Amino acid sequence: MLRIEYAYWLIAAFLLYTGLRNLRERHGWHAAFWLVLGVLFGTGDYVLAQQAAGNALPAQLAGAGVIVLALLAPRLRRHAHVEGNSAEQRLQSAIRLGHRLFVPALLIPLVTLLVALFGAHLFIAGHAVFATAQMTLTGLALACLVALFAAAQVAHAPMHDGLAEGRRLLDAIGWATLLPLLLAALGEVFTQSGVGAAITALAGTFLPTGSAFACLLAFALGMVLFTVIMGNAFAAFPVMMAGIGLPLLIHRHGANPAILGSMGMLCGYCGTLLTPMAADFNLVPAALLELRSPYGVMRAQAWSALWILATTFMLMWLLVFR
Amino acid sequence: MNYWPLLGVAVIVVGFLLRFNPVLVVVTAAISSAMLAGFTVPALLALLGKSFVSSRMLLIFVLTLPVIGLLERAGLREHAQRWMNHLHGLTLARLLIGYLLLRQLLAMLGLTGVAGPAQTVRPLLAPMGEAAAEKILPTLDDADRDELRAVAAATDNMGRFFGEDVFVAVGGVLLIQAFYVQHGIELTPLSIALWALPTAIAAFVIQSVRIWLYQRRLQRRAADASTESAG
Repeated sequence: MLRIEYAYWLIAAFLLYTGLRNLRERHGWHAAFWLVLGVLFGTGDYVLAQQAAGNALPAQLAGAGVIVLALLAPRLRRHAHVEGNSAEQRLQSAIRLGHRLFVPALLIPLVTLLVALFGAHLFIAGHAVFATAQMTLTGLALACLVALFAAAQVAHAPMHDGLAEGRRLLDAIGWATLLPLLLAALGEVFTQSGVGAAITALAGTFLPTGSAFACLLAFALGMVLFTVIMGNAFAAFPVMMAGIGLPLLIHRHGANPAILGSMGMLCGYCGTLLTPMAADFNLVPAALLELRSPYGVMRAQAWSALWILATTFMLMWLLVFR
Repeated sequence: MNYWPLLGVAVIVVGFLLRFNPVLVVVTAAISSAMLAGFTVPALLALLGKSFVSSRMLLIFVLTLPVIGLLERAGLREHAQRWMNHLHGLTLARLLIGYLLLRQLLAMLGLTGVAGPAQTVRPLLAPMGEAAAEKILPTLDDADRDELRAVAAATDNMGRFFGEDVFVAVGGVLLIQAFYVQHGIELTPLSIALWALPTAIAAFVIQSVRIWLYQRRLQRRAADASTESAG
């Protein structure tokens, strides 16, 4: 059965490969960074299993590893890699191969789509081929393998050329790869430390609770602000709901729960588009597209996000108290 | 009420404003909040380690890098640009708005992992967009290319964000439902997902208008450049 853990092991192998290549080229800090991250990925399941069984030591070591990564991150500088092929060579190759180049690129979404749609119905000798947990992501990992094989065929290149090129891109993205995971961890730490509860308590002392409009505005802006701080609307939602949504808007002012929940969450999504804390949507794409400013993507979407926020708030105000 | 953990939020804000390395800022914030909340060092390390490895799925995009790297070396971006130059009817705005619609519809079906910055924007949408922009304004400089790629990535985000909550089995909807169930309010996922539809439509209209305005700005610059060279 194909499980998401296999994808994590694949990632671990790729990270370790990147680390070893850097080691051989004497980029010591880069090597250490990718090797530590690779080990964290490879041992993640063991860490979680031991934690569940009551042994906290592996998780503590993993935590120490995260701190080591944070200390290494500022030392990563982008070093110039020799491009595999010159612009002229790439153009010649593009003319020669033509539309065949699209095939592996489109295989990634296509295979992912097929697994997402039909993966649950695939059985071999009575055993499910895909585990139900995280099936789409397992499909994405499988799609990458299939596409790598296809790309090697199309480009008449050995598969390990793909690894070398992938490693070049990974080095170019650098520490930004790490941010999404760290921010998810930060959200968890904030929740456990009572940051949300403290903010709600603060807001409660200032809010004119008798006005439905003031409460709704505080709820919507709170969703945005909290999402901007935490980088994730899912982390903001329970906090704002417990603080303002449920006691004031639903119980006191009679708001419709379905509309409040759905549109409140969407206000939070607008916040996600405005914050560097949502690294996987804002900073990682900027690094991936090799923009010179890490905030380029955020700047490009800020006005859209604000207009959508204003529209959603208006709709919510019109609909939620009916 | 212990207000001290809020200092972790202040660490984030100050750290980002002073442009320290974000990785370092985030870890420092986590440590300070947890310490101020009274966590012991071993408990803090365990919490950090466990929550870090629990979100490993966020790094799955790195598996696309070898494929993209290999194809780019073989000329994928050059080919996407050449192909765009042959498609005369496909303007920049039509390309981006078409992609936005497709991304939203896929997300509404729960297929958010199918497209994305690594899967589709870098190898396909961005180079095609650059070629389409060059058809309008041949003198595109590096800053323009950066802006164009950023618009492509932003369009991808918009499509994903304001499509996915219309799907009933997506994390956001289930989270809302689970919260209400915990507090004694029973709702079906469908009734929640339905109310994401108005915003989905608004988001499509707003982003499409902004894409169209962006194209018009490029067209105006092209017109100015040509009158200048003629005059």
